[in-house]
Amino acid sequence: MKRISAGLAVALGFAGLLWADSPLSINGAGATFPNPIYSKWFDEYHKKFSTIQINYQSQGSGAGIKQVTEGTVDFGASDGPMNEEQLKAYQDKHGSGILHFPTVLGAVVPTYNIPSVSAELNFTPEALAGIFLGKITKWNDPAIADVNKGVTLPAEDIVVVHRADGSGTTYCWTDYLSKVSEEWKTKVGKGTSVNWPVGLGGKGNEGVTGTLKNTPDSIGYVELIYAESNKIPYGNVKNAAGVFVKASLASVTAAAAGAAKEMPDDFRVSITNAPGKAVYPISTFTWLLIPEKFTDSAKRDAIKGFLKWALADGQSYAEALSYAKLPKEVVAKEVKAINKIQ
Amino acid sequence: MSARLRWRKFVSGFMLTMTGVCAFVAVSALFLILGYLVYHGGISISWNFFTKLPVPVGETGGGMANAIVGSGKLLLLATLFGVPIGFLGAIYLAEFSGGTTAFIVRYAADLLNGVPSIVVGIFAYAVAVLPFKHFSTLAGGFALGLMMIPITLRSTEEFLRSVPKELREGAMALGASKWKTIATVIVPAAYRGILTAILLAFARVAGETAPLLFTAFGNEFWSQGWNQPTASLPAKIYAYALSPYDDWHRQAWAGGLVLLGLILVINIVARGILSRGISVSRT
Amino acid sequence: MATPTATVPSAGPLVGSRSFLAKLREGDEIARLITFLFAASVVLLTVLLVYELWIGSSLPRHKFGFNFFRTSVWDPIFDQFGALPFIYGTVVTAAVALILAVPLGIGAAIFLAELAPARLSDTLEFFIDLLAAVPSVIYGLLGVFVVVPLMRSYIQPALKSTLGFLPLFQGPAYGVGFLTAGMVLAIMVIPYIISVSREVLLSVPRDQREAALSLGATRWESTWKVVVPFARGGIFGSIFLALARALGETIAVAMVIGNQPIIKASLFSSGYSIAAVIANELTEATSNLHYQSLIELGLVLFLLTFILNGLARILIVATSQKGSAVGNA
Repeated sequence: MKRISAGLAVALGFAGLLWADSPLSINGAGATFPNPIYSKWFDEYHKKFSTIQINYQSQGSGAGIKQVTEGTVDFGASDGPMNEEQLKAYQDKHGSGILHFPTVLGAVVPTYNIPSVSAELNFTPEALAGIFLGKITKWNDPAIADVNKGVTLPAEDIVVVHRADGSGTTYCWTDYLSKVSEEWKTKVGKGTSVNWPVGLGGKGNEGVTGTLKNTPDSIGYVELIYAESNKIPYGNVKNAAGVFVKASLASVTAAAAGAAKEMPDDFRVSITNAPGKAVYPISTFTWLLIPEKFTDSAKRDAIKGFLKWALADGQSYAEALSYAKLPKEVVAKEVKAINKIQ
Repeated sequence: MSARLRWRKFVSGFMLTMTGVCAFVAVSALFLILGYLVYHGGISISWNFFTKLPVPVGETGGGMANAIVGSGKLLLLATLFGVPIGFLGAIYLAEFSGGTTAFIVRYAADLLNGVPSIVVGIFAYAVAVLPFKHFSTLAGGFALGLMMIPITLRSTEEFLRSVPKELREGAMALGASKWKTIATVIVPAAYRGILTAILLAFARVAGETAPLLFTAFGNEFWSQGWNQPTASLPAKIYAYALSPYDDWHRQAWAGGLVLLGLILVINIVARGILSRGISVSRT
Repeated sequence: MATPTATVPSAGPLVGSRSFLAKLREGDEIARLITFLFAASVVLLTVLLVYELWIGSSLPRHKFGFNFFRTSVWDPIFDQFGALPFIYGTVVTAAVALILAVPLGIGAAIFLAELAPARLSDTLEFFIDLLAAVPSVIYGLLGVFVVVPLMRSYIQPALKSTLGFLPLFQGPAYGVGFLTAGMVLAIMVIPYIISVSREVLLSVPRDQREAALSLGATRWESTWKVVVPFARGGIFGSIFLALARALGETIAVAMVIGNQPIIKASLFSSGYSIAAVIANELTEATSNLHYQSLIELGLVLFLLTFILNGLARILIVATSQKGSAVGNA
C-alpha cells in the first residue's frame, strides 16, 4: 500500500511538474570545495522556504566564473576571486558589475604518503615551492630535512600530485606559492588550473587523495576537509611570522582576522601568507559571485533573502563540516553590501 | 607428407578453436558487465532510489527520482524532435526523391551519425544554451534528438525501400494517389521495421552522457518545467561515480543497473518486434 | 511536370476525372513538400553544426595556426594552447584499443560466420548487439570500480615484472592511464568489429570456400587464405568504424585516463584525450581563447571521425558488392 502511494506520489509529482504553480528555481554553478556546505544550505533553505529552490552544480571555480559571465546561471561560486580581466569581461557583457560575497573559510594542506615516516612533517615555503617546481627531488633534501630534525627522511624521489581540473584549491595553493616564491610567480603563476612543471594529475580532491594513497613517497595538496575525512597525514607550514602552524579552524580563523579589519569594499582579498603568529598561511575565503543587476525581481529578492540567511543562521552549519565561520566584521560589511544588489 | 597434413589439420583445429574462444570472450564480456551491475546495483537499489531526491553532499540516503524523471523528459523531447525529422525525411528519400537531393540528404545524415557525442554537446551548447542564457531540459532534448535523427532516418528509409513493389503498384493501380499509397500501404507494411529503428535510436541516446553535461546541466531538485536545468540518470551516475562518498558510489551502481536494464529491455523488445514481423510475413 | 498535362488533352473523355486527378496530384505535391522540408532540415542542421565549429574556433586558428597541433603546452593562465598531448592521448588509447580488439573481434567474427551453426551464430550475434548497446557511462563506472583497481594491483605489476624492459611498461602503476583507457575502449569497440566483419564474411560467396576445400585445403586454410582475403576490405571497414568510435568516446575515457596533458612513452602514465578535455573544461574555460581552443579540438575530432567513417563505408559497401557480384556471376 505504501509502495502504491509512493508510486502515485511520483506520478503526481511528474504531472505536477507540467502544470503546478511551481516554486522559483534559481541556478548556480561553481567551486567544489564549498559544495558540502552549499548543498546543505540550499537543502535546509528549501525546507524552510519551499517556494524557493536553489540548484547548485559543483563543476569547479572556473565553471562558476565562466557560466555566470555567460549568463547561463543566476549566480556563480569560486574559491579564487575573479581577476580584473574577468571582471571587465563581465562588465562588457552585462553593462553592470558582479559582486563577491565571502561565505566561509577553508585551508589547503600539503599531504604526503611516505611509508617510512609516521611523524608530522614541517614545510618551509621555500621547500614547498622547490618541490612543486621540480627543483627539490629527494625527500632527504636539506631544505626539508633541516626543519624536520629527528625524522629520518628516505633518500627516495618525491612524487608530486596535483589537481588536473580547474579548481579553487589550486588557485589558493598557487596564490600562496606565487607570494612566497618569485620563481613560481614568473614561471607558473596563479590560477584555477596552471601548467604544472612536474607531477601527476588527479581529478578533484578525491582524485588527488586516491593517487596519494596509492603512490609511496608522494606529496600533494587537498582541502583540509578531505585530508581529515580520508585520514591522511598533512604537514605544518611555516607562516610569515616564522612559526610552523598546523591547519585548523582556529588557525584559519586567525588568518581571516587581519583581513577582516582591512576588508576591501569588493571583498576580493587574498589571505594567503597573512601576518600573525597563529595564522595558517594557506587559507582562503570562498565566494559567491552575484550579479549586481537582476532583470527578474523575484530572483533578486530570493537571492538577497538567502544571502542574509547564510550570513546569519547559515554560519552555524560551518564548523560541523570543517569550515571556519566568517569573522563578525566581515558579516556586518557583507550585510550592508547586499543592498547593492538591484 | 602425412606428417605435414597432420600438422595442417592440427593448425586448422587449433585456430578454429581459438576463434571460438574469441567469440566466447566477447560474449562473456556482456555477462560480466551484467553480472557486476546486477550484483552491485542489486544490493544498493531500494525503493527510496526511485522516489527520493538527492540529499546534501556527504549525507547518506536519498535517491535519484528527479534524475529518472529528468531522463524521461529529455527522452520525450528527443523523440518529439528527432523522430518526425528522421521519419518524414526518410519518406522523402524513399518515395519522392532521387539523384542529387537524396544523395546530399543521405550524406548529411551519415555525417551526422558519425559526429562524436561530445561534439554534438558543443553544438547544442552553442546554439541552444548560450543564446537563451540558460541550461535547460529543452537544450538537452535537442542534443539527444539530433543524435536520433540519422539513425531513424537511414533505417526507416531502408525498411520503406524493402516493401515489395507489388504492394505499391497494386495500390496505385486502384487509383490511390502517391501519398495515400504511402500512408495506407507502404508505411503500414514497414511499420515493424520503423518501430524497431525508432526504439533502437531511443535506446542509443538513453545512455548518452556527454551531450547532457553542457545542456541539461544538472539539478538537485525537481526540474521546474522544460526551461530549467534537469538531472538525468547518466549524468548523475557519472558525477556520483567520481565522488568520494561510499553512499553515492552505491547509488551510482543502482543507477547503472536501472539504466542498463532499461536499455537492454528496449533493445530486446525492438529486436523481438522485428523478428516477429519477419516470421509473420513468411507464413 | 509539364509533359503529362500536355498529353492528357488528347484523352478527351477523361476531362472530368482529370481535375480530380490533378487534385490528388496536388496532395502528392503537398506531401512531397512537407517531407522535403524535413529532409532538408537534416542537411540544414548538419551544415549549421559544421559552421558553428568553424566559426567558433576562429580565434585559436588565427592566433596559433598550425602550431596548435605541434605544441604541447596547455596553459590557461598564460593563454597558451597546444593540442599535441590530447591528440597523442587520443591516438595512443585508440591504438591500444585496436591492438586488443582487432584480433579478438575478427577471431570471433570468423567463428560466428564460418563455424557456428546459424542458430548459435544468430544467438551470439544477438548478445553482441546487446553489448554494443551498453552506454559508455556504464563502461566508465565499471572502469573506475573494477578495471582500475585490477590494473593497479595485478595487471600493471605483472606487466612491469615481465615486460618492464620495454619503455611502454615502465613507471609507477596508478591504475588509471593510457593502458586502462585503451582496455576499456577495446571492450567498447569489439561489438562493432564483430558485427560488421561477420556480415562481410557471410557475404563471401559459398563457392569460394568450396573451391578451396575441394583443392584439399583444410577448413582453416580455406577461411584464412580465401574467405578472409576476399572480405579484407570490409574487415578493414569495420576496423575504421571501431577506430572512429574509439577516437570520439568521451565519458568512459574521461573516467579512467587520468586527465593529465602529458606525452609519455609509458602506457602506465596518465594522459588526456581530446573528447575528455572538452568534457572537463568546456564549461569552465573562462577566457575566450581557451573556450575556442576547445571548440577547435572538437573540430579536429569531427574531421577525424568524418574521414574514418567515410573510408569505412566505402570499404564495407565495396566488399559486399564484390560478394554479390561474384555470387551472381
